[in-house]
Amino acid sequence: MAEVETKKMTTLQVQRFIPSENPTNTYLTDEKGVWAWMTTVDHKKIGLMYLASVAFFFALAGFLALALRTELWTPAKTFIEADTYNQLFTLHGAMMVFFVLVPSIPAALGNFIMPMQLGAKDVAFPRLNLASFYIYVIGAIFTFISLYMNGFDTGWTFYTPYSSDANSAGVIWVTLGVFILGFSSILTGTNFITTIHKLRAPGITWGRLPLNVWALYATSIIQVLATPVLAITILLLSFENILDIGIFDPALGGDPVLYQHFFWFYSHPAVYIMIVPGFGIISEVISTFSKKTVFGYWAIALSSLAIAFIGFLVWGHHMFTSGQSAVATTVFSFLTFLVGIPTGIKILNWVATLYKGSIEMKTPMIYVFIFLFLFSIGGFTGIMLGALSVDIHLHDTYYVVAHFHYVMMGGTLIALLAGLHYWWPKMTGKMYNETLGKISAVLIFIGFNMTFLPQFVMGAQGMPRRYYNYIDQFQPFHQTSTIGSYILGVAFLIILYYLVKSLFGGEKAPSNPWNSRGLEWQSTSPPDFHNFDHTPVVINHPYDYHKPMEEFQLGIAVSHNGHGEHQDEAVSEETKKA
Amino acid sequence: MGRLFDFMLPENKSPLTADSTDGLFHFINEVSLILLLGITIALIYFAIKYKRKSEDDETPVIYHNHALEITWSVVPLLICLVIFGWGYSGWLNLKAVPNDAYEIHVTGFKWNWAVNYENGAQTLNELHVPKGKPVKVVLQSRDVLHSFFIPDYRVKHDVVPGRYTYVWFQAEETGESQIFCTEYCGTSHSDMLAKVIVHEPEEFETWLELNGGGPSGTPVEQGEALVNLQGCQTCHSLDGSAKIGPSFKGIWGRSEQMTDGSTITVDENYIRESILYPGEKIVAGYQNVMTPYEGRISDDEITNIIEYLKTLK
Amino acid sequence: MANHSASQPAHVQHHFVDSDQQFDSAKLGMWVFLVNEILFFGGLFCAYIIFRVWYPDLFSQAALELNKVWGGINTIVLIGSSLTVAMAIRSAQRNEIKGLRINLMITILLACVFLVIKYFEYEHKLHLGIAPGSFWNPTPEVLAVLDHPKANIFFSIYYVMTGIHGLHVIVGIGLMIWLYIRAGKGHFNSEYYTPVEITGLYWHLVDLIWIFLFPLLYLIE
Repeated sequence: MAEVETKKMTTLQVQRFIPSENPTNTYLTDEKGVWAWMTTVDHKKIGLMYLASVAFFFALAGFLALALRTELWTPAKTFIEADTYNQLFTLHGAMMVFFVLVPSIPAALGNFIMPMQLGAKDVAFPRLNLASFYIYVIGAIFTFISLYMNGFDTGWTFYTPYSSDANSAGVIWVTLGVFILGFSSILTGTNFITTIHKLRAPGITWGRLPLNVWALYATSIIQVLATPVLAITILLLSFENILDIGIFDPALGGDPVLYQHFFWFYSHPAVYIMIVPGFGIISEVISTFSKKTVFGYWAIALSSLAIAFIGFLVWGHHMFTSGQSAVATTVFSFLTFLVGIPTGIKILNWVATLYKGSIEMKTPMIYVFIFLFLFSIGGFTGIMLGALSVDIHLHDTYYVVAHFHYVMMGGTLIALLAGLHYWWPKMTGKMYNETLGKISAVLIFIGFNMTFLPQFVMGAQGMPRRYYNYIDQFQPFHQTSTIGSYILGVAFLIILYYLVKSLFGGEKAPSNPWNSRGLEWQSTSPPDFHNFDHTPVVINHPYDYHKPMEEFQLGIAVSHNGHGEHQDEAVSEETKKA
Repeated sequence: MGRLFDFMLPENKSPLTADSTDGLFHFINEVSLILLLGITIALIYFAIKYKRKSEDDETPVIYHNHALEITWSVVPLLICLVIFGWGYSGWLNLKAVPNDAYEIHVTGFKWNWAVNYENGAQTLNELHVPKGKPVKVVLQSRDVLHSFFIPDYRVKHDVVPGRYTYVWFQAEETGESQIFCTEYCGTSHSDMLAKVIVHEPEEFETWLELNGGGPSGTPVEQGEALVNLQGCQTCHSLDGSAKIGPSFKGIWGRSEQMTDGSTITVDENYIRESILYPGEKIVAGYQNVMTPYEGRISDDEITNIIEYLKTLK
Repeated sequence: MANHSASQPAHVQHHFVDSDQQFDSAKLGMWVFLVNEILFFGGLFCAYIIFRVWYPDLFSQAALELNKVWGGINTIVLIGSSLTVAMAIRSAQRNEIKGLRINLMITILLACVFLVIKYFEYEHKLHLGIAPGSFWNPTPEVLAVLDHPKANIFFSIYYVMTGIHGLHVIVGIGLMIWLYIRAGKGHFNSEYYTPVEITGLYWHLVDLIWIFLFPLLYLIE
């Protein structure tokens, strides 16, 4: 037993809780059967349901990507028609953005891990959380209906007037689908903001929030502020198709460039909805596997917020060639460079964290290294695209395609893989095969660079994006890229294989296999239905690896009535042995 | 010059952009490469040097280092400001058209570029320009968004329905350059290609005079010229094969099954209607994708086209 | 719900420590949702501002087609309903369940009055052919006052803005019927009236948006 004094000099009686290594009662055994899963309000199960859905859509959209790359093997038709190709690249983009990247880290991993990192029993609104999931499913169903209604070939950006022209049935359904999906994202964001504000365990001050939570907090703010604008834009686009209201259609007196402004006002911050949660994972993993305090905690935490806010002011850099006003173009270019600075600071902070650490290259850490390399390239090429004169040349070429794949796949998806491997033992209670994990990570690195490096070159050479046919000189680049994509495909199959295998025959995971100081690791693997069988009390910074493990395992035996009041007080670091 | 990243860019035929686009491109690439190498070397070095020896390794507590943090915030900021200024001034050059620029009108439509010159000369997918003279290309669209891109001259601009936009460049050597459409515009977006053809000034004048005033000759000849200039063959073949629309071969007098189940024999009125209001009657098996020509073509021109179509047996 | 201490009232969900935490969370959640609603309408206001800057004379001309009297009455009706919803919350705080139900009922009725007036306004306009976008087909009398090539766009904006606002009113009516039924079952008391409180917040926002819509659409000269 120990006593912890708070600033108000109220004293909490805390004791050490060592997580049991052989939990008999976990969230997985608590309720069983398909119905129990479908109606669960447990954030962990909802997180897993999201994870499964995201994996499904990733497999589907990834498969489409392979089909597209195969078609591009020859300059003319290889095996599919132009119309099919156009529909497939649209579907690949729309699914990857709206069904994979946006929900991937926050709704899947974030849902599972974030309440545990706060020492909470659940998110603030568990039923709303389940509702978000079903809204996501309904949005997906609308997209599938649109495929049945002749599909859509507008590109994931749905630029007017092309998208409000003929063949509108498919576009109507998919835009309604995206509209609905937006609400899933908004509700998740609302839920997370409330949870982070109100449900922190005693002692978790803003200065002791894990960086993953900071990242999710910044993400949630963007979700709440940006997604409604997408919703209204997409709704107006649907009205445009159904009722011919003409706000964006020049034939009816509207303005197509206005649509682009509206669309990018959401979709640029959406880029940060996708990447910022990845930053959170990187901070957690890099600290654990170098057993070291994160360098520049506040710089990393606040740069997420800075990115979130500046991210709202740069949407026009997608429109340098669109005919927007010269003043707007200048300002947007300038602000674009400003948003690059906090991102750069983060990368350097992570590298500095490794200095004099105790570095262990387990699979999640390999992914972090891959992330730092690929995401740096994504960042540098982003600077290239922010430079006005150069962007005029590179806009809408494969250079842009390569850039955003480096950021979205090299960044977000690699971070997701790092997080997935890192928290896999906690989520499932099983260890995955480390050797296969490392092999597939290296394969992904090779395959990824082989796929997308040539795209930088051919883009700068002038190869426009969304091209079904291309001129012969680009063929060697396309073929290299296609081979690279096959390597990526194989690597993902290996990952699927060993993860599924670990579920059924994997070695049992200890409660804290990586010796992390993170609060989520101080519960059993897999956790109890209530995450902890006590109320955790936190007295240290989440990355204080120089302090003994027992200081991270404190708590109160029963829930008490002071929980809500203690959030904003610092619990003194001095503990007295009772 | 032989810069490290020369292999990435196509040959630059526009001295205007040699520094502002290519020079900046190389500068950013080289700075990025140095930084990327720095990060990568640091990562690998740390991973080897500080490899975990035992589970009980002690690590130092380093929360932050102000000098270091300020350095790595301010230096990138300064580099970014340089890049911004460089790119901005280059972009101003691309916007500021010289007063004596020679104007040519280009209209983008699915999936061709129609080019109109001052004296009424017209070409399809060929932009003829004189050497050594600034050329302003005024862009407009007949249907959806397109984007006009000439990699060799480093210029690009969206072509927006309902407004005029422009690019300008000055060719310093004769020859040909590729034009791409870079804004997705439907089925044959990737075939919406054209060429810039640079002539010696005198040669250009001759060419212009030879082609001035638009199509001439018999009605059939004029009709054929119109069909070529309007890019009808992008979608309608002359050899009987089905493309995006029905073939022109043997179209006159043919019976066509419509999407609504009715059957129509192709006559003057049907052709006229299909040109002006293509969405009214669609042949079964095809989509309604053609841009209406209402207000864009005269009755005489339609008559000439009909005369030409009659000859395609 | 093993971790529930026996002292907690039944309405406190298992993952909250106490009633206060639950109430604060619900309220914060609703505020965040309202911020999102404001941005949702913000997009529409943006479209409005942009088109108004481009075509200022269109907006002053077209506003003449809108009926200021009925619009004004609707404004008063909505402000009244905001008052009654505030009184409903006060009744709940004072444990006056009967007063709560009466106030909710008045609010529902006022919301219905608003919708009925709106319906007649729409009806009248559509009758004159004042319809959005490509359905724009005005009678000669309308054209005599409003002959502007972009008039259809103004009414597209008008219908979308007021239509989406009307949808919010309908959702509000649904919520208040639900509260009315729950109040009848005795679910609320001075200890627990969170749903009343947050529905009230929502309703004030719906009211507030109308207070912006009314002058922006009806009262421009």
